[in-house]
Amino acid sequence: MKVQDHAQAAAQFIKDEERTDWHDETLWFVRQKRDLAAHGIPEWEQLREWASQIKDHTLSNLSHYLESFEQKAIANGIRVHWAADGEEHNKIVHQIIADHDLKRIVKSKSMLTEECHLNEYLIQKGISVVDTDLGERIVQLRKEAPSHIVLPAIHLKKQDVSDTFHDLLDTEKGNNDPQYLTEAARQHLRDYFIASELAITGVNFAIAETGGFVVCTNEGNADMGAHTANVHIACMGIEKIIPKAEHLGVFLRLLARSATGQPVTTYSSHFHRPREGQEMHLVIVDNGRTRQLGRADFRNSLKCIRCAACFNTCPVYRRSGGHSYHTAVAGPIGSILNPNLDMKANADLPFASTLCGSCSNVCPVKIDIHEQLYKWRQVIVQAGYAPVSKKLGMEGMAAVLSSPALYHFSGKMGRTTLKYAPFLVNNGFNPWYKQRDMPAPPAESFGEWYQKNRS
Amino acid sequence: MKVALFIPCYVDQFYPKAAIATLELLERFGLEVSYPKNQTCCGQPMANSGFEHLTKGCNNLFVENFSGYDYIVCPSGSCVMHIKDHLHTEESETAAQDIRNKVYELTEFLVDVLKIEKLEASFPHKVGLHQSCHGQRGLKLSQMTELMAAPFSKPGHLLSMVKGLELVELDRKDECCGFGGTFCVTEEAVSVKMGKDRVLDHERNGAEYITAGDLSCLMHMEGILKRRGSKVKIIHIAEILNHHLS
Repeated sequence: MKVQDHAQAAAQFIKDEERTDWHDETLWFVRQKRDLAAHGIPEWEQLREWASQIKDHTLSNLSHYLESFEQKAIANGIRVHWAADGEEHNKIVHQIIADHDLKRIVKSKSMLTEECHLNEYLIQKGISVVDTDLGERIVQLRKEAPSHIVLPAIHLKKQDVSDTFHDLLDTEKGNNDPQYLTEAARQHLRDYFIASELAITGVNFAIAETGGFVVCTNEGNADMGAHTANVHIACMGIEKIIPKAEHLGVFLRLLARSATGQPVTTYSSHFHRPREGQEMHLVIVDNGRTRQLGRADFRNSLKCIRCAACFNTCPVYRRSGGHSYHTAVAGPIGSILNPNLDMKANADLPFASTLCGSCSNVCPVKIDIHEQLYKWRQVIVQAGYAPVSKKLGMEGMAAVLSSPALYHFSGKMGRTTLKYAPFLVNNGFNPWYKQRDMPAPPAESFGEWYQKNRS
Repeated sequence: MKVALFIPCYVDQFYPKAAIATLELLERFGLEVSYPKNQTCCGQPMANSGFEHLTKGCNNLFVENFSGYDYIVCPSGSCVMHIKDHLHTEESETAAQDIRNKVYELTEFLVDVLKIEKLEASFPHKVGLHQSCHGQRGLKLSQMTELMAAPFSKPGHLLSMVKGLELVELDRKDECCGFGGTFCVTEEAVSVKMGKDRVLDHERNGAEYITAGDLSCLMHMEGILKRRGSKVKIIHIAEILNHHLS
């Protein structure tokens, strides 16, 4: 089945205008919470600058920091694995599971495992994984993908959750009380936590000087999973490295404030070594990241700490929903990361933006997101992934605008047409006219007026 | 002071009144303003669509038309930003660089170069100011709500000198209207939804007019307002600042 491109999927989403308004307002509320939290810190802009510089420095010395991280992690008793791509990552995780012959597996939120399609891979091997983040569990029960990297089920209303829980967890039909529904999810997940034999988590920050890593959650689900399981597998992209533990002071202050407006995530858990009797694995994944690092224009997209502030502020994301981006990481940041993973399949994404620039302004690590969107557009067109009709239209437009005579002629023609034969323009073939009137054509252009009045 | 007037192609064709207001406004300050008649377009429609490689003709034409002036002034933040960021030519890069340094959006020219502190203008209406993204975030004509920094607004400063004008507060001060160049047709559904929401914010807060430094945003919102039969009108900021004459 061909995946719908962003514009088609967005048009589908917007058909339910009331729901679109609700989605927009919900995420705008999160953006406002972010603003309030950031305003509470006088040195906010300084923190962003520090975070940006620490990440820039780390990316410039990535191999060095990765190697020192690996050394320290191994010395701490963590087993370190390297995966060149998603496929290898999935194989490594599966092999660890197969080696122990374990069945009860829980996973806390990890966008990397979404990017690598780990769940689908394991299902094919007959292994099912229970996602323990509440939002992720909801979308998993509905057999959907997360629509937001921090708020995976933000596209769903409480009545949707109630329906899903009624069908699958046997809750009362029509009971939309969030307290009731959350309690049902707690009871449901509690069984899995207690029985958990193997826990998979993501990694928010990996610290080169200590060989430890930090996992941030609001629900404590990463901890509950990892603390009961005898095997803990943490999966991270190579860009999660920061040089020193003291740098956490910069990133942890920025992360939760940017993401949800909280001063800090409820749980910022530091893992350094396996507890006695436990096995701790770390899978460090490239999956196209070194290729992105090699692209001068796009390398600093790897600074991303996955806070999703750019999602919440994006006026396009808020009105098109995460699924319209048809990738694990949606929103503006996804639109500059995904063309690197598969340029052809994601050729539409850099165009799903007005280039308003709000994303770059909220980014806690100062990624120039909207400038990269512009640059990806050039790369995608040069690579031949622009629709033929668009290419022809642009060539025609360039020819007219490169010639004053042709421009003056076409302008007059256009205005005359609008005046005397508006039906040629005001029809169903003109996407402008579908929901907008055309401007009223003036009698003369400014150029013509100037000729008469000033020269 | 020799000033060249740079009028964006769609303003030339569809909104000559805004261009005339810009010219008259500049002339009121005693400037010698000329309009190079072979100008067409800055090339942004192609470049933003990923076809920057097709803008050579526009770039050469721009350099031919606008070399040799002290300042180039334009009633559009978006076109100015494009010139500042992307005007290059193989033949005369020095001239292109010179132009990139001398091109100004109208309100920043009035505030930063002419340092206007007084204006003989009156516009006794409730007005909503739309912050066009390229002017605001691109040229930094106003402070941005995302940043934790002191507020300022060049267009707001000018509008505050207009007699009788009442600026309405918006719920979302600087959200994009959804025009976005070719985005307005390639992503028609999102573009229109964004435009509708923007227009509603102005209506809800009692604006009789929506003004901005960019007619592209205003053209998009005007299309929506007219289709909805709204009483709210659009007007370019130059027309308000020049409104003493009528």
